Amino acid sequence: MTTPIVKINNLSKIFHSPKEETLAVKDFSLEVRAGEFVVLVGPSGCGKSTILSALAGLIKPSAGEIIYNPNKAIKKKPSIGYMLQQDHLFQWRTILQNAILGLEIQNKNTKENILKTRKLLEVYGLGDFINHYPNQLSGGMRQRAALIRTLAVDPEILLLDEPFSALDYQTRLAVADDIGSIIKNEKRTAVMVTHDISEAISMADRVVVLSKRPGMVKKIHEIKLSCSKQTPIIRREAPEFREYFNEIWKELDVHVS
Amino acid sequence: MSLKNDTQNYSQTFSREHLNYLKDIKRQKILILSSRIILLVAFFLIWEVAAKFKWIDPFITSQPSRMWDTFLSLHQNGSLYKHIGITISETIIGFVSGTLLGSLMAILLWWSDFLSKVLDPYLVVLNSLPKVALGPIIIVFFGAGYSAIITMALLVSLFTTIIGVFSGLRQVDKEKITLLKTFGANKKQILTKVVIPASFPTIMNALRINVGLSWVGVIMGEFLVSKAGLGYLIVYGSQVFQLDTVMTSVIILAIAAALMYIGVSYLEKMVLEKRI
Repeated sequence: MTTPIVKINNLSKIFHSPKEETLAVKDFSLEVRAGEFVVLVGPSGCGKSTILSALAGLIKPSAGEIIYNPNKAIKKKPSIGYMLQQDHLFQWRTILQNAILGLEIQNKNTKENILKTRKLLEVYGLGDFINHYPNQLSGGMRQRAALIRTLAVDPEILLLDEPFSALDYQTRLAVADDIGSIIKNEKRTAVMVTHDISEAISMADRVVVLSKRPGMVKKIHEIKLSCSKQTPIIRREAPEFREYFNEIWKELDVHVS
Repeated sequence: MSLKNDTQNYSQTFSREHLNYLKDIKRQKILILSSRIILLVAFFLIWEVAAKFKWIDPFITSQPSRMWDTFLSLHQNGSLYKHIGITISETIIGFVSGTLLGSLMAILLWWSDFLSKVLDPYLVVLNSLPKVALGPIIIVFFGAGYSAIITMALLVSLFTTIIGVFSGLRQVDKEKITLLKTFGANKKQILTKVVIPASFPTIMNALRINVGLSWVGVIMGEFLVSKAGLGYLIVYGSQVFQLDTVMTSVIILAIAAALMYIGVSYLEKMVLEKRI
């Protein structure tokens, strides 16, 4: 469980516009181990999403490097699954058609893979809805369908960019529990970005606290909670939860001015 | 968890108030429809009566009964269908080619950001240019025949199509495109999997506008060059002062254009409904 799957070394990213340039991330370093759930928290605009985009290869770092599988001889980029704030299920596709979108794009939509995706949908309670259209499903179900669309391409690393922020609070708790359990169940490595401290502690093996822009690592917390079952909702009841919360809250140094 | 819209099997027993509400809606509908019919009938009736009692000069204004006679004689010598057929086929060819070519060029502009930026001012100028001004040039280039008329119809709708479809393609949610990129999609996949399907409503809307524009182009073309078609009948009729022919042709044209518009609207509805 301790083999690193990706290593970020001194990542910096500058965004350019005709009027100015913005240093979004500065000297960010992090090692993600295979099978762990890492959560990045930080004030808004601290470059959390930028780090995910760089990990996914969507943007080129201005400086620094990202090394995949650093301990292996062949440093191949692992397959990556990305989940965004909105589910972005396509209105004109059924749930099953949406779920196999990634397979289609990667030309892996074989009968076998489609069947596997179908199974995933069934296992996670969407079996009766595979031929429904997204607008016939509740927000929580849609987010689950979006996760299965991500899992269908069998990614080694899951990147989650505030995946629950479009949901109302109650749904958000339930869906976070749901998605967290699915990811643990499927034994995936995950890097998630959120600004919700409780959500971070309840889901993470490690929480990385980022500073204000330009984003730098302020502190890394190993989250160890003593509770019977390690699902996000039950983890919230652990006695250590409050301590972590208070500590991270202080580090985030939030002021209303 | 349950379906969001589980209202399908709502109860069939309504309150009295609701029944009255339904009745009101129905009454309103009937009132609107009958008013429409009355308006149409009254219009032709007054026209007929006014011409009959010489309140207006039927030589200049024509009159419904004479238009009917003209219609029948055109029908009997068969030339009616020749003229309608020619105009409709010119319109359809102009409409289809304008839509296809326009959409294709819009896709090209979407594909190349550089090209779209370079061509932007030219598109604006060409779009605002009244295309009828090009008529004489088109006749010189293509000769006084069908190809000139179809070119005219094509030009009238082409630039609005390019601009309309292009803006539709560009309005597609950037995040949806990001989603596809996270799966490693190439540009062609982004175009076919998300950009075109997502902008389908805009494209269909452009189509609907194009029907009207194609008619404008064809009739303009026929005014300028043709030897057949409804536009020709109108011009010819006015030149020999047969207002009966002119009015009859205008009415037939109105009906044909309306039918085609309804057809495209129906097509739009069908396609959009199928994709929900």
